[in-house]
Amino acid sequence: MLAFLLRRAVAALVLVFAVTSAALLLAQLAPGDFASREIGRTPEEMAAERHRLGLDLPVAEQYRRWLKRSLTLDLGESFQYQRPVIDLVRAGAANTALLAATALIVATLVGIPSGILTGSRRRGWLPRVIRGTSLLLLSVPPLISSLVLLTIAARTGWLPVAGIGGVSHLVVPTLALALPIAAMLERLQAQSIGDALVRPSAMAARARGIPTIRVVWRHGWRQSLGPILAIYGVIVGSLFSGSFAVEYVTSWPGLGNLMREALMTRDTYLVAGCAAAGAVCLAIGVLAADVAHAAADPRVRSDA
Amino acid sequence: MPESAGPIALRHETSARAGALFLVFAAAITVAPWLAPYDPGRQFDGYPFAPPMRPHLVDDSGAWHAPFAYALRLVDPIERRYEEDRTKRVTFASAEPWFLLGSDGFGRDVLSRVLAGARLSLGVAGLSTILALLIGATAGAAAGYGGGWIDAVLMRVADLVIVLPAIYLVLALRGALPLVLSTREVFIALVAVLGLVGWPSAARGVRGIILIETKTEYAEAARALGAGWWRVIGRHLLPATRGFLAVQALVLVPAFVMAEATLSFVGLGFSPPTPSWGAMLQDAGAGRTAAEAPWLLAPGVAIIVVVLAVHMAEQSRDPLLWGREGS
Repeated sequence: MLAFLLRRAVAALVLVFAVTSAALLLAQLAPGDFASREIGRTPEEMAAERHRLGLDLPVAEQYRRWLKRSLTLDLGESFQYQRPVIDLVRAGAANTALLAATALIVATLVGIPSGILTGSRRRGWLPRVIRGTSLLLLSVPPLISSLVLLTIAARTGWLPVAGIGGVSHLVVPTLALALPIAAMLERLQAQSIGDALVRPSAMAARARGIPTIRVVWRHGWRQSLGPILAIYGVIVGSLFSGSFAVEYVTSWPGLGNLMREALMTRDTYLVAGCAAAGAVCLAIGVLAADVAHAAADPRVRSDA
Repeated sequence: MPESAGPIALRHETSARAGALFLVFAAAITVAPWLAPYDPGRQFDGYPFAPPMRPHLVDDSGAWHAPFAYALRLVDPIERRYEEDRTKRVTFASAEPWFLLGSDGFGRDVLSRVLAGARLSLGVAGLSTILALLIGATAGAAAGYGGGWIDAVLMRVADLVIVLPAIYLVLALRGALPLVLSTREVFIALVAVLGLVGWPSAARGVRGIILIETKTEYAEAARALGAGWWRVIGRHLLPATRGFLAVQALVLVPAFVMAEATLSFVGLGFSPPTPSWGAMLQDAGAGRTAAEAPWLLAPGVAIIVVVLAVHMAEQSRDPLLWGREGS
């Protein structure tokens, strides 16, 4: 288990380094820079501004300096906010992580039990309704689910529509992010438990007189866990992708909004900082999912 | 062999469905802007945020007509309250407009704009899918047939791209291009960016299939007969990946429709006067607009319909979506 953990941790470090460097270089190579943003500056003023920000150095030199500083967790200063990147990024990442974690919990609590229900019972109106809802929700991207929920919230006045504050501010973005993922988990869990229940072990349990409900929720569910845990690594990625649109629609001050703004203002170091924070969060999420999967299924530890 | 008959039949069925769906989309892209009752840019004065106008067949006196609606009159410009004028019938040909799906803040017909937007939104999605599959098939074939360091490099890059949340990758690549572009340039930029982000899973699949197929007797026979690597790959090995690529296309199209919408929505895709679905949603998402005029979410419904249609085409293939009835 230790070797497995170590391998994954090294892979995660490489991921963070590659992503951050790529983001920084991409942002530096993009046409235009922060100094040329304001209209009406004379070339001399622009040159002075570039010199002040260190943008007049060759790209390779800028990258080398940034790399050296980032070893001490100094990610430079945001041009626009004139504050250390690390502070801005930390706040954004915390907000995104809060949103993503809440959404993941909600999606799990809704998706897994309904999947067990639809997977173990094919007849009746409830499984039908759940299955139909899932199919619809799978076709609704987070951008649209958040717009629709926002519209409902604004029309009814039940919930705050934007920004950050108490628990009530979390409801709209969390649901917008969680519902499509809950649908995905439901479909997968239904499939997986359906497979587990036709195995001879389930049949044997039933033959021994164990009540169906116990066979489903105790025996079948345990066996169906493997494929579900395997998908959590993928879900962490889709949580990040989804939260970008949701954050923008609901003005949630997270990493996605910060990164979009940084890209549009050519705030180079902030772009790199956001990429770094995103990659770290992603790596932690994927690592956690991998560890959970490996803990549940020893076969995973040896390969990959 | 009855075991293999199933999957192969399924694969052909899926390619057929994917092909049919692409034809439908192509037809929609060509025909939709044509069906639009009004020019998508035309602004009707005095009709900001007009609600959808219900079609009627029978008027108040009980007489039958071709489909029509009752004219709207703006009674309160500040609250944007409209009243139906039950004496005046309008059709698409009359002087007063008939907004079947309502109008936006500039008095433009939402239906016409959704139809016109199909060309941009589905066009971007379709072309970038083709580009992604081309890159994926080439990279996959190179990795699978070439092996060695080519394989190692290509697959590491593919792994990296797959792990990253796609929308951030798209965002970073798009951010590296000039921010202000003409509609045509945005179209090309979006296709290029999405194609570059979408290829890895196709490449991985193609590589796997090629690795298996290279060892088959027919491939060996082709080589024994003196066929060069170009001919072996293009003529013999790549056709085996057709079914897989069709399934990949069905995965990529909805993802790309959503990506266009998201990018345009945040201001990095098509910008507002252009009627793409994402740009229209940006209008709807501004402030409390959608709360007061929910019909502006119509392009969102169009996106859901497209994605749902693609999922239906996948029906036979993807147990994740449909479960296995009766098994």
